[in-house]
Amino acid sequence: MKIYRVMAVVYRHLSLYKRSLTRLMEIIYWPVLDLMVWGFVTLYLQKFQGGLPPFIAFFLGALILWDIFFRAQQGISISFLEEVWSRNLLNLFVSPLTPLEFIAGTLVISLIKVVATFLVTMTLAYIFYSFNVFSLGFPLFLFLLNLILMGWSIGIMTTGAILRFGQEAEVMAWGLAFLFQPVSAVFYPVAVLPPVLQKIAWWIPSSHVFEGMREVINQGGFPAKELIWAFGLNGLYILGAGFFFSWMLREVKEKGLLLKSGE
Amino acid sequence: MKETGLARKVLMPYPVLQANRLVKKFKHTVAVNSASFTVYEGEILGLLGPNGAGKTTLMALLLDLLTPTSGTVSIFGMELRKNREKILNQVNFSSTYIAMPLSLTVRENMVFFAMLYHVPDYEKRIGELLALCEIDHLTNCLTRELSTGQLSRLNLAKAMLNRPKILFLDEPTASLDPEMAQKVRDLLKNLRDTLRCTVIYTSHNMLEIEQISDRIIFLNRGEIIADGTPRQVMELYQKRNLEEVFLKVARGPGIQ
Ligand SMILES: Nc1ncnc2c1ncn2[C@@H]1O[C@H](COP(=O)(O)OP(=O)(O)OP(=O)(O)O)[C@@H](O)[C@H]1O
Ligand SMILES: [Mg+2]
Repeated sequence: MKIYRVMAVVYRHLSLYKRSLTRLMEIIYWPVLDLMVWGFVTLYLQKFQGGLPPFIAFFLGALILWDIFFRAQQGISISFLEEVWSRNLLNLFVSPLTPLEFIAGTLVISLIKVVATFLVTMTLAYIFYSFNVFSLGFPLFLFLLNLILMGWSIGIMTTGAILRFGQEAEVMAWGLAFLFQPVSAVFYPVAVLPPVLQKIAWWIPSSHVFEGMREVINQGGFPAKELIWAFGLNGLYILGAGFFFSWMLREVKEKGLLLKSGE
Repeated sequence: MKETGLARKVLMPYPVLQANRLVKKFKHTVAVNSASFTVYEGEILGLLGPNGAGKTTLMALLLDLLTPTSGTVSIFGMELRKNREKILNQVNFSSTYIAMPLSLTVRENMVFFAMLYHVPDYEKRIGELLALCEIDHLTNCLTRELSTGQLSRLNLAKAMLNRPKILFLDEPTASLDPEMAQKVRDLLKNLRDTLRCTVIYTSHNMLEIEQISDRIIFLNRGEIIADGTPRQVMELYQKRNLEEVFLKVARGPGIQ
């Protein structure tokens, strides 16, 4: 692993954002819209349901955290798609850049995106709804870390699929994260899911994060059990994603798909 | 020209690349069938053959873009697939069918690749190369504003960034105007003569191949059917130029 090659990848992608307003907007646009819609919904609901758990914290906390997951995943798969769109893959593959270094570069990009998004949503949530996400305390950082790890593992998997199946797999870059949303128990406790989905949810790191978040909001304290599960599952996810990616890479080099650009 | 090339080979036959019984089978085709050859330092090797002969496939095998069905490639005495990073640092590739990030400026693209290859003092090197390829007036233009030929030249400039010991070029002159094509040919000869750079390239321009290749490998349906200096190959087929050799081979089985 050579740091200068990782930095080259970072440089290339930052140069892209420097000049592209649409790409910059993407980091701010959706999160802000989401935040507004859900923020107002919760304000409205709160009028009726005074006795129920703190809606604002539940919804806005969930929303801010979910966006972290989504951006972390996007940071990787969109960076890879940029290379596909610009037909630059061959240039990368004939260079000494290793897949791991490329992924490391996109991880840095995704981290930058995540931080940008987090700062925007966090600030707006505070200004508009006086919701301070830091009220979650120290566990917040562990929640974020887990969501980022899960986002990365899904991002790496998506990248492998795009490498192998070309732009047909592009929808995965946008859609796959949402497949996890219902079973991630983002906006409701796992307990409301039907039994089958509860079993599935158990295997999704993000469901433990959101359960943990609600635990903190409801009772305070440190959700050790949920966090241990989240970290453990994420370890498996990252490992699985790594295997999947190298399998796809082998297939691609076997079938000569690198030479066939676009679709 | 060709005599000096040969003389060099006789004096110092340092092999930089060896292909050993390379085979690549796809579902419906055998794209490369048992190709074995050695390429020497400072040699300009032209790969030629009809469309679908396996030139691009062969080049991809030599760059580890493609896994061979069987056989091995070794470069600088190291096995390619086991020493990818080390080898790829010292070679480069350019082709008309790849592009570069279009939303980056010419300079940004060059800086990116210079960083990737860890080129020392890269600002200076980039300036030199852009001037050499006559696109220095476009340094701060977006890459999407370049014409096809200008883009090929940028690709070529990129391919020279790391002072490669072996330069792989897939149809480098295909989209260039005659004057620029001639300049590229002179440039390749110059790289060979001054830096002892080895060039492996494909082209459909027979005259060009005759003009600059020290040696040619003629592919047909995945088989190497001739390997030698242009003169040797012409003699083998008893033709006056490569164009006629090509037509004879392409038109049918009645070789020899
Ligand atoms: N990825 C692939 N999958 C299946 N078949 C392939 C693939 N790539 C090449 N082939 C086949 O292998 C053969 C050689 O193709 P190749 O691209 O190497 O030819 P070429 O000599 O470069 O031709 P051209 O002069 O047209 O560039 C062709 O029959 C082609 O159909
Ligand atoms: Mg070809």
